[in-house]
Amino acid sequence: MADPLLKVDHVSQRFGGLLAVNAASFDVAPRSITALIGPNGAGKTTLFAIIAGFQLPSEGRVHFAAEEITGVEPHLLARRGLVRTFQIVQPFATLTVRDNIAVGAHLRHRARRAALDTAEMVARQLGLEKFLDQAAGQLTVSARKRLELARALAAGPRLLLLDEVMAGLNPSEVRDLLPVIRAIRDGGTTILLIEHVMQAVMSLSDWIHVLAEGKIIASGRPEDVVGNEEVIEAYLGEGAARQYGGSRAS
Amino acid sequence: MKGSLRVVMVVSAALACVPLVGASNVMLNFLIVAMLAALVGQGWNILGGYGGQYSFGHAAFFGSGAYVTAILQMHYGVNAWIGFGCGIAAGAIVGGIIGFLVFRSGLKGSYFALVTLAFAEVLRIVASVAPITGAGVGTLIKLDIRLEAFQFQSRAVYYWIILFLVFVSLLIAERLEQTRFGAWLMALRENEDSARALGVDVFAVKMGATVLSAAVTAAGGCFYAQYFLFIDSSIAFGSRVSVEALLAPIVGGTGTVFGALAGALAVRSLGEVAKIVAGDAPGIDLAIYGVVLIAVVAFAPRGIVGLGATLWARLRGSEVGRLAGSGSHG
Repeated sequence: MADPLLKVDHVSQRFGGLLAVNAASFDVAPRSITALIGPNGAGKTTLFAIIAGFQLPSEGRVHFAAEEITGVEPHLLARRGLVRTFQIVQPFATLTVRDNIAVGAHLRHRARRAALDTAEMVARQLGLEKFLDQAAGQLTVSARKRLELARALAAGPRLLLLDEVMAGLNPSEVRDLLPVIRAIRDGGTTILLIEHVMQAVMSLSDWIHVLAEGKIIASGRPEDVVGNEEVIEAYLGEGAARQYGGSRAS
Repeated sequence: MKGSLRVVMVVSAALACVPLVGASNVMLNFLIVAMLAALVGQGWNILGGYGGQYSFGHAAFFGSGAYVTAILQMHYGVNAWIGFGCGIAAGAIVGGIIGFLVFRSGLKGSYFALVTLAFAEVLRIVASVAPITGAGVGTLIKLDIRLEAFQFQSRAVYYWIILFLVFVSLLIAERLEQTRFGAWLMALRENEDSARALGVDVFAVKMGATVLSAAVTAAGGCFYAQYFLFIDSSIAFGSRVSVEALLAPIVGGTGTVFGALAGALAVRSLGEVAKIVAGDAPGIDLAIYGVVLIAVVAFAPRGIVGLGATLWARLRGSEVGRLAGSGSHG
């Protein structure tokens, strides 16, 4: 395997007495779709915040493209090519969809014209072209999710962190989004995603890391991870693996 | 796109013709004061309207400009035009200092508003006791009607000068809507975290906007000193200046090119009408401003410009919401 694009090395995060992330270590291979899954409260979003520079970890280091980035500010990470989306979508509500995406595009384009052209291109890629002149605050949930993705994509990232882009979408909307995300990876962008929609995780991921109670408890290919006893127990409670026989439930 | 630039040109040219059609001195005086309010308001609008940082202390910049212009002339014999430039620079520097302190400490929203108010008040108090500002007496600029002294017999000349400054401030706003800096500024107004995630250096952009905003408002202060030839601490740094700075753009429409200009004309006209109706009751104009502000916030949150855009859209039968929500079209 090639050198990892992202390397999380024994990262811990304490909030008072709570250990939200407990010495978590994992890698993300370049040009892969890697998923970070785990039950609610496992520390996934905290880990994302740390990787993207929004939060300083209590301990541990993060490396991106062979350079240490622990504690580097988010906007500087974005300039280096590490861009995140938010689980609770945060559009620039009174700006149009075009202007929203253009903010991302401005990271690589100084000229307004070039940023607007890029915005239009990315909007088409994500099926947002008919909303280009609408205010972002008026979009449906599903369109807002795609806008969140579009903005990040327009920033031309090397590594894209997607925090639950599928949450709140109906199954057909999820099905529509899967090829879009694959196309992003095939275009050369590495993707690390947090996702609860298992249909999406199983079908998209090249590699999965499972986080439970702040620790990485399993890593592997999708088909290996779902059968893992520890993973089943983390999701369904102790003894569940025996009860369900570690079956390869889909 | 190019449309709003053309409108800036046309509106400015039309306003420039007013003295040529034989406006009276009273009318010119009204327009000069209204344009001054538009300039000061546009300064506020750069930071408050486009950047979402609601300052309650723009008097700090206005007063810095006014005092530096006056003091350099009276105490150091500096040429009035150079003094004018220095006044603008001084406002920008004060903006930079206040901005640095406030944004480094991460103050936002009402905290930002209160701290800017406090800075303006501190400057007012200092100016009311410091010997160099004339303390309680104020500073008088000697009457010296010469071009070199930036003093003119004709009000029309003052009008054209303030109109030129307003024109420049309109161009600045128009540029904000067409450049990366402006896009970043509006992005951080809407959502700072999203902006940071997309590579926006929130601190640097806020600093840039504050310096620009302070410089424009300081130009208003410099002009005030040259036109009225007298300032004291409450004229220069009083909270009335700060209130008028935010009133015009809020009434006219924040974050729009023409909001401050439209708002200043509307508010000033109302003030004049109030004076005619209520006679010389002191403070009647302020009371009227209060009512107008409440009415605008309640019924036309996007101001005169927003109201106009909504009506225009309705007239053309297109979707009202599309224009009303787009926020960035003057």
